[in-house]
Amino acid sequence: MRDVSFGSYFPAKSFVHSMDARAKILIAIAYMVAVFLVSAFHFLGFAACLLFVIISTITAKVPFGLVLKSVKTIIFFVVFSAVLQLFFNRKGTVLFWIITDVGLLNAGFIIARIVLIVLGASLLTLTTSPVELADGIEGLLLPLKWIKFPVHEFALIMSIALRFIPTLIGETDRIIKAQKARGADFESGNIFKRAKALIPVLIPLLISSFRRADELADAMDSRCYAGSKNRTKYKKMRLTYRDLLGVLFVAGLIVGIVFLNKFYLLSGLSVIAGAL
Amino acid sequence: MPLLEVKNVSFSYVKNKQTLKDVSFSVEKGEFLAIIGHNGSGKSTLAKLLNGLLKPNSGEIIVDGYSSSDKNAVFEIRKRVGMVFQNPDNQLIASIVEDDIAFGPENLGLPREEIGKRIDFALKAVGMQDFRKATPERLSGGQKQRIAIAGVLALMPQVLVLDESTAMLDPEGRKEIAEVVDNLREKGVAVIAITHYMEEAVKADKILVLDRGEIALSGTPKEVFAKKSELDALNLELPLAGIIADKLRARGLNIADDVVSDAELAGALWKLL
Repeated sequence: MRDVSFGSYFPAKSFVHSMDARAKILIAIAYMVAVFLVSAFHFLGFAACLLFVIISTITAKVPFGLVLKSVKTIIFFVVFSAVLQLFFNRKGTVLFWIITDVGLLNAGFIIARIVLIVLGASLLTLTTSPVELADGIEGLLLPLKWIKFPVHEFALIMSIALRFIPTLIGETDRIIKAQKARGADFESGNIFKRAKALIPVLIPLLISSFRRADELADAMDSRCYAGSKNRTKYKKMRLTYRDLLGVLFVAGLIVGIVFLNKFYLLSGLSVIAGAL
Repeated sequence: MPLLEVKNVSFSYVKNKQTLKDVSFSVEKGEFLAIIGHNGSGKSTLAKLLNGLLKPNSGEIIVDGYSSSDKNAVFEIRKRVGMVFQNPDNQLIASIVEDDIAFGPENLGLPREEIGKRIDFALKAVGMQDFRKATPERLSGGQKQRIAIAGVLALMPQVLVLDESTAMLDPEGRKEIAEVVDNLREKGVAVIAITHYMEEAVKADKILVLDRGEIALSGTPKEVFAKKSELDALNLELPLAGIIADKLRARGLNIADDVVSDAELAGALWKLL
């Protein structure tokens, strides 16, 4: 319960930290697109993506260990996907037992893809505080106001949710302790039994959340909250040369990968064809 | 004309059960009013009526010329009457102190520079200047409550209502809030403190004692705490200094009848030496 990944922000003063959250989100999305653009078995494209992550990590002054830690949390997922590829891919020639060369390549390909995407995403959350992230998403969603999407309300819900996550985790801990003190057993029995044991935790948590929501609403009303009408924002997001550089950097990555896909692969094939 | 006037206000949540009956009082600029009473005496309901969170069924509440019954005046009233509740955790909206304090001024539609100035002002008023970029989660209860007060002060209210705002704090936290209150009164902000603690009430200019929705007693701390039998009947205690003075008097020491605060007790004891 304790290590919620929302706490993953790594505060520092760096080039990447002081970039606009909107730009960072867009760059992260563009980076992920780049990872997906890398065509089959073309590991040089992945190398380019890895280089992108390494350079970004250095400019962000984030320890590599922290960035790599994010991979640890999804290791099961990575291994599972790779194993599926290894054992169920029937294409290509059999190397040994039921494992084919294509299966092996595919497994490596999938591992590279997932790991690279997670690295990019974690770099975003490491260098952008949850508040900035919420503001950034709000900024990016702003055009949706045209179709009457309640952007301000959506952003407020996000930031209040972020604000209350640690509070509710603390509350859950307290309730668990209180129920344990009353003899509740959360550790023994099968999975269903344990899930059932959580009901006496969830119900008080739900009730107290409603009480909190009620009080929060009163506090917000008392501070003259009246929705998004006539509201100003204290924190202004500003695009700077940093964001332009970041965008150019990721654009370079995408162009590079497209270039590699088109030309290098062709020449590589022709080399192989020539050799045959 | 008083700054805040409560005129014959009655209120009920459900039919046939009145939570407040014909309550009247007024608060002047810079005045400190304490409201005491038991659970269920209607204290918190009264607080919510003061800034228009609830509307009186009959009677009227007038703040600086605006009536809380007037739908269009509610934001004018809330600008003038700031409200701080019991649990600081449930009042903070943002994950960073300055963002939270900015919430009120943002709602008023103030320009950026003015919001910045107000954050400076509010943090200074509660003595939390060094915590501008802090996360409320990491602060103590007293510090969190000071941030909650700062969030309200950023609206520059003329009256600050503290609805049992010290009830969840440790003695250290209560002391911090008491200092903030003193500081605000010097600035001319009126304070209405709803409290269980007689030690807080004794510092007020005026005390209202609520019992089952009605004003049972009112007056200066000296006047209210002199009515020992009435307070006994309402199951309310004297402040600690008053209790000690009483017991010393019973032992035959010559201590004046109107000793209720720590300073007065110290003075009376000094004279005996």
